[in-house]
Amino acid sequence: MISLDVVQLSRLQFGLTALYHFLFVPLTLGMSALLGIMETVYVITGRTIWRDMTKFWGILFGINFAMGVATGITLEFQFGTNWAYYAHYVGDVFGVPLAIEGLMAFFLEGTFIGLFFFGWNKLSKGAHLMVTWLVCLGSSLSALWILIANGWMQHPQGAIFNFHSMRMEVTDFAAVLFNPTAQAKFVHTISAGYVTGAVFILAISAYYLLRGRHVEIAKRSMIVAAAFGLASALSVVVLGDESGYVATENQRMKIAAMEGMWNTEPAPAALNIFGIPDQEHHLTRYEIKIPYLLGLIATRSISKPVYGINQLVVEAENKITRGMKAYAALEILQKNPDEKSAQIILADYQNDLGYGLLLKRYTDKVIDATPAQIKQAAWDTVPLVAPLFWCFRFMVAIGLFLILLFATSFVMLAKKRWENKWFLRTAFYSLPLPWIAAELGWYIAESGRQPWVIEGVLPTFLGTSSLSTHSLITSLSGFILLYTFLAVVEIYLMVKYIRLGPPSLENA
Amino acid sequence: MFDYETLRVIWWMLLGVLLIAFAVMDGFDLGIGMLLHYVARNNEERRVVINSIGPVWEGNQVWLILGAGAIFAAWPDLYAISFSGFYFAMLLVLFALILRPVGFKYRSKLHNIYWRAMWDLGIFIAGLVPALCFGIALGNVLQGVPFYLDDMLRDFYTGSFRELFNPFAILCGLVSVVMLIMHGGVFLAIKTAGNIQKRAIHAAKICALLTILLFAIAGYWIVFKIAGYILTNDVSHIAASNPMHKQVMLQVGAWINNYKNYHALLIVPLSAFIGALAVLLLTSLRCYRLAWIFSAIAISSIIMTVGVSMFPFMLPSITHPEMSLLVWDSSSSQATLTIMLIASAVFIPLIVLYTGWVYYVLRGKVTQDEINKNTNAY
Repeated sequence: MISLDVVQLSRLQFGLTALYHFLFVPLTLGMSALLGIMETVYVITGRTIWRDMTKFWGILFGINFAMGVATGITLEFQFGTNWAYYAHYVGDVFGVPLAIEGLMAFFLEGTFIGLFFFGWNKLSKGAHLMVTWLVCLGSSLSALWILIANGWMQHPQGAIFNFHSMRMEVTDFAAVLFNPTAQAKFVHTISAGYVTGAVFILAISAYYLLRGRHVEIAKRSMIVAAAFGLASALSVVVLGDESGYVATENQRMKIAAMEGMWNTEPAPAALNIFGIPDQEHHLTRYEIKIPYLLGLIATRSISKPVYGINQLVVEAENKITRGMKAYAALEILQKNPDEKSAQIILADYQNDLGYGLLLKRYTDKVIDATPAQIKQAAWDTVPLVAPLFWCFRFMVAIGLFLILLFATSFVMLAKKRWENKWFLRTAFYSLPLPWIAAELGWYIAESGRQPWVIEGVLPTFLGTSSLSTHSLITSLSGFILLYTFLAVVEIYLMVKYIRLGPPSLENA
Repeated sequence: MFDYETLRVIWWMLLGVLLIAFAVMDGFDLGIGMLLHYVARNNEERRVVINSIGPVWEGNQVWLILGAGAIFAAWPDLYAISFSGFYFAMLLVLFALILRPVGFKYRSKLHNIYWRAMWDLGIFIAGLVPALCFGIALGNVLQGVPFYLDDMLRDFYTGSFRELFNPFAILCGLVSVVMLIMHGGVFLAIKTAGNIQKRAIHAAKICALLTILLFAIAGYWIVFKIAGYILTNDVSHIAASNPMHKQVMLQVGAWINNYKNYHALLIVPLSAFIGALAVLLLTSLRCYRLAWIFSAIAISSIIMTVGVSMFPFMLPSITHPEMSLLVWDSSSSQATLTIMLIASAVFIPLIVLYTGWVYYVLRGKVTQDEINKNTNAY
């Protein structure tokens, strides 16, 4: 059996490196689009200030982009280095969007980013504009493919278990591609990236205006950021809601945990806006509920119930028993692949094979599990409720605040109230908010799926490589050292070039 | 469309194509990283060298990312076993590759000699470590890797990090290093002038000679010392992938059986020698573009030699030879291979096309004047 320390450390390493990577991704997504917009204005109007804006924000974009590229490879490598059984078990499905991401997105991004920086004097205005938009297209497409991959982890459709090769294999690629979970997540994530880019430019422009420096560039940048940001922030919330609706159907446990909802809410379900979830006693204390609201958001009806954790655990128990039957049939087939009766049993129960595998934590043989072990495994399907409950509420609060911020900016700028200190300070201090929201969002998406690495198919603790605890401690320490060093360097350079401002274009 | 057997062979070849594309396209970036301190002695020279690849290295590196992604999708077990088995070697490569983007991008952002010296060292390491590690990894694959699979097809690697550094593997690592320095040197001969160019050509020539010498020694070793793997039963070419249904034996020199059976294949290792010799000749004749093409041919042939010698083996197990991975029993499903083939057929030509356009736009020598004019230069 795999040591649980290795599982915890592998999760920690992947979680930390993924969250670190995602500090840079949203800014790349958002700024590439904003650079495209600014340069388009330059090409259409011919006013050179818009070219200078593109170049100046481009410097900051470049500092960020390098880190995004550097830390992205880590994630791809880790599927092999640290999640070898995962790679074996689902590589046939999961590897495809990842490889297509390389073919379709990374090449566009990687090839044209060089021309974006080095092509100003070598290309015509129109050709350079095209290059900028291709970089933007490339980064957006990479988000699309990675979320198709992640969407499949949340809602694995279009694949089936093959007992000959002991893994999941593609049966319907269109289902993988047009997975509703993936589509909702893609638009939610990319809009969040746009919001991040917009807040970044808004906040730094506000800083310049507070100091009375680079006023012409700052004013124009603010207008672009406010307009683009408002549209994007609205889209984040609307698509986040779509994500929730899709999850209600496919990931009921995640929704129940996010809501701290232990018992099924009869239709129309009420929404908890406050409460203290207590995992040990299976209840949420001091709840403040708004009637009807959850039913409307999650089921878009007033007649459907929303399932609670206790009921879903009972359901999981049944699935585990069915999964044990699938596993028993699988063992027969491993010895004799032609055994017809076992093939039929496996075909009937294979959708719950993953639930059978949950028992591997308690008994390697699976089929000899005691009722107590089955109950224990069923309770394992409940993720950590309190962090999900609170992270979700913080994320939503930030989302709503940012809509308000952009709407206010819009009004202030329309009224030409550039010198309102109160407004400018709020805009500046909002700088870290989109990053916090994005990181919380990923925590909810991934932690809410636990104990599964592929929902209902493969438990996380089975996905790791056969490494020693010692190896993981060494590699994790290495990542922490290197990443801390790089974070210091990147923040130092960012701050330096923000302080220098647009004049840095002349003395570089 | 294609039957499963054909698809497996196509994807075996495409794996080669992608690894070669990485070695040829990103190889000169790695080589130039290793050459940085030798060919460029002061800050101005170093900026010229770095900017000769500044605008293109990022796109080139995507070949590695695509290569890894394609192994993941088309050969999941190869991906799982090699990446987790070579754990620390892979992490070293990863750390080195992480230094590269930041090294290029951040080096010239501050006017401080220690800052720049630090990143120059980073760029050097980012060239040397991947080149060496990939060679060492292939050297170990040729000898077989200690791993086995259990009933659930979970893999267990029983070797240690230190054992990766055995004499033959180190030799392979050196072949990889010198061939990429040759490649980088030739690229600098095209993109630079004056002293930098002179030193780069000098390095390229020495490394072309060393490539010939070391590749020949490795060949001798393969023929007379190293045990190759032989499949001793018929394995279905169209069955679902499961590497547990075969028998394998080891025999010294077995890696040359494919050449014994098909003499024409000898052209592959031979063109490695021809390519490297042509680099020597053509750099002396100052035909640098042509020399670069022959350098690419030498590199491609060296990589192809490994694949052709081992076919149909992909990753032999030295402790459990019967669990080795074959072209026939470790691929993805037919559906996945088909989807991936369609995607590659659409996008790879497109990539080649726009990459070509970018190189065309950036054609010509890199000069200090140009670097001083571009505020975005590295």
